[in-house]
Amino acid sequence: MTVHDWLKSAIEDAERRDLPALKPLLEAIAKSTEALRKAADAR
Amino acid sequence: MNETISEIGARIRAGDVSPVDLVQSCLTRIADRSDLNAFITVLEDSALSEAEAAAAEISRGQYRGPLHGIPISIKDLVDVAGVPTTSGSAVPPLHPTRDAPVVQRLREAGAIIIGKTNLHEFAFGTTSDESAFGPVRHPFDPSRSAGGSSGGAAVALVEGMCYGSVGTDTGGSIRIPAAACGIVGLKPAFGELPCEGVVPLSTTCDHVGPMTRSVEDARLMFQVLRGTRVNDAPVPSSLTLGIPTGYLLERLEPEIRSAFERLQAALTSRGHVLVDVTIGLARSTPDVYLHIVLPEAAAYHARFLAQHADRYSPNVRNRLETGRYMLAEDYVRAMQLRERLTRDVSGTLAACDALLLPTLPIAAPPLGVQSVDVDGRPEPVRAAMLRLTQLFNLTGHPSISLPAGVTTSGLPIGAQLVGPAGDTDRLLAIAAALEPQITAGPGSVGGGTG
Repeated sequence: MTVHDWLKSAIEDAERRDLPALKPLLEAIAKSTEALRKAADAR
Repeated sequence: MNETISEIGARIRAGDVSPVDLVQSCLTRIADRSDLNAFITVLEDSALSEAEAAAAEISRGQYRGPLHGIPISIKDLVDVAGVPTTSGSAVPPLHPTRDAPVVQRLREAGAIIIGKTNLHEFAFGTTSDESAFGPVRHPFDPSRSAGGSSGGAAVALVEGMCYGSVGTDTGGSIRIPAAACGIVGLKPAFGELPCEGVVPLSTTCDHVGPMTRSVEDARLMFQVLRGTRVNDAPVPSSLTLGIPTGYLLERLEPEIRSAFERLQAALTSRGHVLVDVTIGLARSTPDVYLHIVLPEAAAYHARFLAQHADRYSPNVRNRLETGRYMLAEDYVRAMQLRERLTRDVSGTLAACDALLLPTLPIAAPPLGVQSVDVDGRPEPVRAAMLRLTQLFNLTGHPSISLPAGVTTSGLPIGAQLVGPAGDTDRLLAIAAALEPQITAGPGSVGGGTG
């Protein structure tokens, strides 16, 4: 799953659960996940 | 009032001080400084009973050892039989019927459990200002954080409310408040002390450890908590200390940086050898940490979130909720990178006796702030406070924070030593050897003038 697709899906679910405060946190995690995957791929 | 365990223990053994008087004195301090919110539960009656029993045993010649009759506090994340484990939360507490093994070992050594200390809710933060029992306030400036998550434990030691504390450390939660408040905090090697009976945050990063007023006291407590003697093999008079270059030290508050530079100069002048070391993947540490701790925390809290979501502090709840979205494939990537980080840190330690770095890049921040300025740039307070400690939770290397002077405004600074994998005994010996040189007294760092 791409990080873009994960973020879209996670935000939609958080909104469905009436947890809009998660959006900026999930966006920050998405940036961190991109960095994590880049580091892992650099092996 | 603020004697060390080894000092007061000798007086107890000689019959010069009664454990009952010690407990009374600690209870008075707890009551006098209740404004600091250091304790959640004070075990006044049982502590006095235990003190009377200890006094009677000692007078009969049945002295158990250096912790006999010594008041010790327990972070309220750790089970004490018959006392609610609140985790600093409004979520309904646990009601343990058994002591956690570390508490049981303290009791067997004759220690007196004086109470349970306040913390950042569920140990999920570095500032101890999100607690259902009020924010833990810094003893030198109550408008500031005492650090966290074991903030109450650190305050209790500074204020003479106990002589030793049991804390927990998942990303720095022993070392951070130790540095912020000016005491000693030991995170042993991973798995060395049992986490049974401790509310988990991240089961592969959680550590239990002692918080004390000296390295010798940390050694005494650690020995009891582990249940086996510490190897006291001497260390060379000239130690080789690795100073991490790059990510770990590139962003420090200017006062912390200048204090650390003075400390390095002081250690060099005393014959130690300082060498630059590079931890290749260090910059990935926060990403690896996030992708391990969040899902592990969410796994434990899922059942409580389902029933009591509205009882959590909003920030703690929201961070736990995000952990429920993390992908397993990214958790695996993080665990694989973690192995590389562990090899990298062990590789640097092959060429030196210990790593030396500050414990915190900033002094104790004001309570309630979400962002701090570090070397001219704003940064989330949690990220800044974790930066220099969380790596060693991932790698499991033992590490210890020692007081290293104060800032111009009187706030403590901490220096961190990191030892070889699995060898907490060696780290304690190194820390004991360096303690006089690192902890040179109020207003100075590493001898003051370096």
